[in-house]
Amino acid sequence: MGKTVTEPQLTKRFNLPFGNTLKGFLETDGYASLKKLFSLTPDQVIEEVKASGLKGRGGAGFPCGMKWGFIPKNSQKPVYLVVNADEGEPGTFTDRYLMEKDPHLLLEGMIAAAFAIGSHQAYIYVRGEFLKQIRILDAAIEEAKAAGYLGKDIQGSGFDLEIYTHRGAGAYICGEETGLLESLEGKKGQPRIKPPFPAIQGLFGCPTIINNVKTLASVPWILENGGAAYAGLGTKESTGTQVFGLSGHIQTPGYWEMPFGLPMLEFIEKFGGGVKGGKLKAVIPGGSSTPVLTAEECADLTLTYESMRDHKTFMGTGGAIVMNEHTDMVKVLKNLTHFYSDESCGQCTPCREGTAWEDRLLKKILAGAATTKELDLMLEVADNMEGRTICALAAACAMPVRSFIKKFRGDFEKYCKPASVAVAADVR
Amino acid sequence: MSLKFSKKALDEFEGIAKRYPVRRAALLPALWLAQKEFGWLPPDAIELCAGLVGCSPAQALEVAEFYSMYKKKEGGKYHLQVCQTISCLLNGSEEIKKVVEQKLGLKPGETTPDGQFSYQPVECLAGCHTGPCMQVNDDYHEHLTPKKMEELIEELKKK
Repeated sequence: MGKTVTEPQLTKRFNLPFGNTLKGFLETDGYASLKKLFSLTPDQVIEEVKASGLKGRGGAGFPCGMKWGFIPKNSQKPVYLVVNADEGEPGTFTDRYLMEKDPHLLLEGMIAAAFAIGSHQAYIYVRGEFLKQIRILDAAIEEAKAAGYLGKDIQGSGFDLEIYTHRGAGAYICGEETGLLESLEGKKGQPRIKPPFPAIQGLFGCPTIINNVKTLASVPWILENGGAAYAGLGTKESTGTQVFGLSGHIQTPGYWEMPFGLPMLEFIEKFGGGVKGGKLKAVIPGGSSTPVLTAEECADLTLTYESMRDHKTFMGTGGAIVMNEHTDMVKVLKNLTHFYSDESCGQCTPCREGTAWEDRLLKKILAGAATTKELDLMLEVADNMEGRTICALAAACAMPVRSFIKKFRGDFEKYCKPASVAVAADVR
Repeated sequence: MSLKFSKKALDEFEGIAKRYPVRRAALLPALWLAQKEFGWLPPDAIELCAGLVGCSPAQALEVAEFYSMYKKKEGGKYHLQVCQTISCLLNGSEEIKKVVEQKLGLKPGETTPDGQFSYQPVECLAGCHTGPCMQVNDDYHEHLTPKKMEELIEELKKK
């Protein structure tokens, strides 16, 4: 079981009045990890991050150090570091605050990552809606550059790094790393076929590492305290801290940084003040794409990658959405199918057609014009779209569809006529 | 083509274009600049952006069309973008949408005849814990209630 009280790493400056200025940052040991960083070789930095067990916080949970290790050694092409700050997964809202309240921490983590992979040019791809955060980041970059923390020969180390922000313009799919790269190249954000993986052929055809905001912001602590210390927090498989979020039917929605390992129900009760408006019915544990869990399934669920996996769902982004007993799961799923059909980039037929088909079927069900056969059809469509597309958006729609219908079939059947009744084939 | 970028905007663009090894990568920033300059993206503005980055007008148009925040038609002075995704839904975003729709007589995508307001329900704004939320132009408004929404509309009407 993980510890529940520990020194915050990612949120420690959130309540400081000048935490997002260089002065406030330096007064609270900001950029202190650089001294350690430049005393190591890039390979040693990668090894330290591997030892920490740090997993990507953007949702996929891929081991960060391993990802960095995929960059070819002595590449003749430039290497790029790209930050995925396209925070758009419904239920997820913490990168936003990290950029706003402690932008220099992200820059400090980026310097470490860039040094490790041999990159001298980095971009922060920020979703278009976060204009305020972009302005704060731009100001922080300028301050850091003026003080010798960015630009040429950072702090006399001989290492150069330029960082630029890049504003997205409203497309969920740009959170997918290769969709993001396309967008950064000035194109539609349509994901690329992998391989080649970005580490080999990414931005502008060059080796590229894409990391989430909180993943990179975790690195300075790892460098200062050692990978082993980080691995000592949380559980064996889920090391370190995460900024967990709670939204939906919750008394005091918000975000809290803590090591992995707290039981979900304790998280909801102690931090979220309990469920609002009735008893717990369901939790979507890590952003809207992760399979929903019933209240019963949450009984022995902990905030860890392994417990989520045991419950056939995912840690995802760490943003849990809570629903009370009065929630109509059909309407909630309709909301999600609308979201995914709206956000499908349109290049793969199973996704473009499948997400829209699921949405139309739910519209028909909600109108009372469907039979239970449509529910089975929805499951079939879900099975037929997942795994047949370039990226995971189709799966991100299929997983909620499948889990909602299978776990809350009663809610759906209330809207449906028996299978023997003849109804129209489809509604538009 | 009657539209022209100001000298200031062009200088700003050249500064931004230097950040990328290829000019085409500056298309999204160019479209943002054009939207700031002209208020929205008429076809001429999209063509101007294509010229700046060296792609065809069709390529610039498909990019402008792909992203929801680029305004392909002239909106109101205050563009109300109400989040309608799951966490906001669970906390009453439908009521907020209803206030906008009834008080201003707008359907999604429409603008009031006086040009003061336009309205678009949007997908997740990452304000899940402060929902229902919305953006008025670039500014976030969070913890909305129907009453607050009504008051905000009244306030913006006077501006």
